Amino acid sequence: MEYQIIWFILWAVLWAVYFMLDGFDFGVAMLQPFVAKNDAERRVTLNSIGPVWDGNEVWLITAGGATFAAFPTTYALMFSYLYTALLLILFALIIRGVSLEFRGKSDSVSWKRGWDYAFVVGSFLPALLFGVAFGNIFRGLPMDATGYHGNLLSLLNPYGLLTGVLFVLLFVVHGGLYLSLRTRGDIRVRAQLLAFRLWFPLTAVAIIFLGTTAFATNLYDNYLKVPFLFVVPAVAVAALLAVGHFANRAAYGKAFIASCATIVMVTFTGVVGLFPNLIPSSIDPRYSLTIFNSSSSPYTLKIMTIVALIFVPFVIVYQIWTYRIFSERISAEDVAKDEHAY
Amino acid sequence: MDVVMLSRIQFAVTAAFHFIFVPLTLGLSWLVAYMEWRYVRTGDAMYLKMTKFWGKLFLINFALGVVTGLTMEFQFGMNWAEYSKYVGDIFGAPLAIEATLAFFLESTFMGVWIFGWNRITKRLHAWSITIVAFATNLSALWILLANGWMQNPVGYVLRNGRAEMVDFGALLANPYGWTKFFHTLTASYVLAAFFVMAIAAYHLVRKNNVRLFKTSFRYASYFSLVSALLVLGSGDFHGVEVAKVQPTKFAAMESHWETQQAAGYPLLIVPDPANERNAVEAVTIPRMLSMLAFHDPNATVKGLKDYRNEDRPPVTATFLSFRLMVAMGMLLILVSLVAVILSVKDRLESSAWFLKLMLYVLPIPYLGVQLGWIVAEVGRQPWAVYGVLRTSDGVSQAIEPMQVVVSLIGFTLLYGTLAAVDLYLLKKYAQNGPDENLDEIVKMTRV
Repeated sequence: MEYQIIWFILWAVLWAVYFMLDGFDFGVAMLQPFVAKNDAERRVTLNSIGPVWDGNEVWLITAGGATFAAFPTTYALMFSYLYTALLLILFALIIRGVSLEFRGKSDSVSWKRGWDYAFVVGSFLPALLFGVAFGNIFRGLPMDATGYHGNLLSLLNPYGLLTGVLFVLLFVVHGGLYLSLRTRGDIRVRAQLLAFRLWFPLTAVAIIFLGTTAFATNLYDNYLKVPFLFVVPAVAVAALLAVGHFANRAAYGKAFIASCATIVMVTFTGVVGLFPNLIPSSIDPRYSLTIFNSSSSPYTLKIMTIVALIFVPFVIVYQIWTYRIFSERISAEDVAKDEHAY
Repeated sequence: MDVVMLSRIQFAVTAAFHFIFVPLTLGLSWLVAYMEWRYVRTGDAMYLKMTKFWGKLFLINFALGVVTGLTMEFQFGMNWAEYSKYVGDIFGAPLAIEATLAFFLESTFMGVWIFGWNRITKRLHAWSITIVAFATNLSALWILLANGWMQNPVGYVLRNGRAEMVDFGALLANPYGWTKFFHTLTASYVLAAFFVMAIAAYHLVRKNNVRLFKTSFRYASYFSLVSALLVLGSGDFHGVEVAKVQPTKFAAMESHWETQQAAGYPLLIVPDPANERNAVEAVTIPRMLSMLAFHDPNATVKGLKDYRNEDRPPVTATFLSFRLMVAMGMLLILVSLVAVILSVKDRLESSAWFLKLMLYVLPIPYLGVQLGWIVAEVGRQPWAVYGVLRTSDGVSQAIEPMQVVVSLIGFTLLYGTLAAVDLYLLKKYAQNGPDENLDEIVKMTRV
């Protein structure tokens, strides 16, 4: 297989895993105002993701680094074209990270309230904006030989916003299921209920998204050429239905696994449709950035493939190990007793 | 101002801010790991208390190091798209490898360490901070190999309108990157050691937890003296690399205008770049500059006048930063030596003057490492990649000055606020001293 294709697959996997993992961090934060009614419960939400959120965020850094190393032209143009949107994501992620570490470091009520806002907004914005960014990538960016002809407002087109809403809802349901597995007491009950209730609007938006994609993008061209590929969106839809099914039967563990699968397969659905583009041009396909015209040299890709094949499995092993260590449910009482908690 | 200047300022501000937190992380992680291993080996609760006290300060600092690091990766693409396109084939690799090898380890085991006190064995817990220390140092290696490539580009050919990697081994073995790595790392250790000594001194003056802080001080003083001497040694070797591959930077560091054989080293210089000379040059040590540049008293040292004006870095800033950095390094060796002597002779408590002095010395390593980066980055100008790509050719074409003005203001406000909050927290936790409810903690810690 050509190295460009290997790296296209790895690129998709890195983003999909990032959304699957940081997705529930974002979801937990966005649900915080609705599932946590007092300080102790708010601390439970923070501590449910406390041990893992930072390791999850590294998948984003790695996805960015891999884009740089494997497809430098795409990295350069994507980041400079989407300058202001990425700046907002960056600021939000900075505030989110700091809010987790700093909230518990002072007892003042206004201090805590301030960091609570930072936590929620700092998670909602990236969830929405990553959706908007990917929606626009699916749609194609207005770019040609003279450069980029869009701005922040042109990114906020209906299809981009729809994808943004889809991401927010995917992550909120995902986060609700995560809380159902990691907490005890009232907060768990509220999270279970919300995850199930929000599954309905999620499903509605997902159907609208799959339908609109046929008109707003060229993603389905690849599928019509190779109908077998319809397996990917079919699995995404099946997984989404499984989320509702299992949540309804109070099988939250299975529902969470289905939700992980949904996020990964939704990402793959888009990426399969993009191939061989990384960013299509909405003006003229000749100016699209493809894995062939924007990639690094075969030598660099070979080195990077070796590095990734050796070290990424290690990462997966020790991250799974940490998820096992921290799989115990936590309650407001546990957090109050633990001096190391956030 | 144009996009180039604005983007340079933004990169300088965000990189300098990031590097307030990074060096402390690099050094303090080893110290905290050592303290925790002492606890594991001896079972003495004081070491546990010590680990937790310094560990808390470590975490407050670590948080900002992590979040500001994210900015650095985004910025290459956002502001320096032409640079990224041109060199991404070779420069992107070490960044991606850094994330894969180091950041995952660092972040994952940091989480294990913070939340794992009551969930894993003592040994495994001590291992997790040790892994964090190893991983942060490993990440420094990869990012400095990347920076080392910008300073001394190796292992590439210009092909297809860009720099393409042809020899990964050369990138890994770049002597410029390695000497820079050792110099940066040891300087960071000195900074971390002075951080510990300053806060320990604060408590020793007040007779709080004397045994704990005396022990902390002693560990830090050894760490500091050894590291400070290594800073000097690695700096000397690094200087030879600079003289060899970046003659314009070396000449600017020394404000050296005329090419000379067996060049002397004037201790006192007042540069006069407008007239391409030094207004004052006094107390010259014969042949010393040749010695420093090439470890050879008779070597020829190129002067700035050998190069076109547009190929020279800003002389005064490079020169002053370098001289000040060296002076600070020397001073820190001296202070470290006194700290070790007083520690070994157990005369710390009776030397209140020295303890009080330590707090005032603390800004010096912080300034020193910033000056070091000014020498490295301003001294490399006008090049982004020395001799290959000019900084002005690396900037993004798709962005408007107004966008960078807005982001620069945004970064300044956000980072300013975060710095104030961080300083407030560090001060609060440093002054509070160790947690006194330790008996509870010891009971909760599983063996």
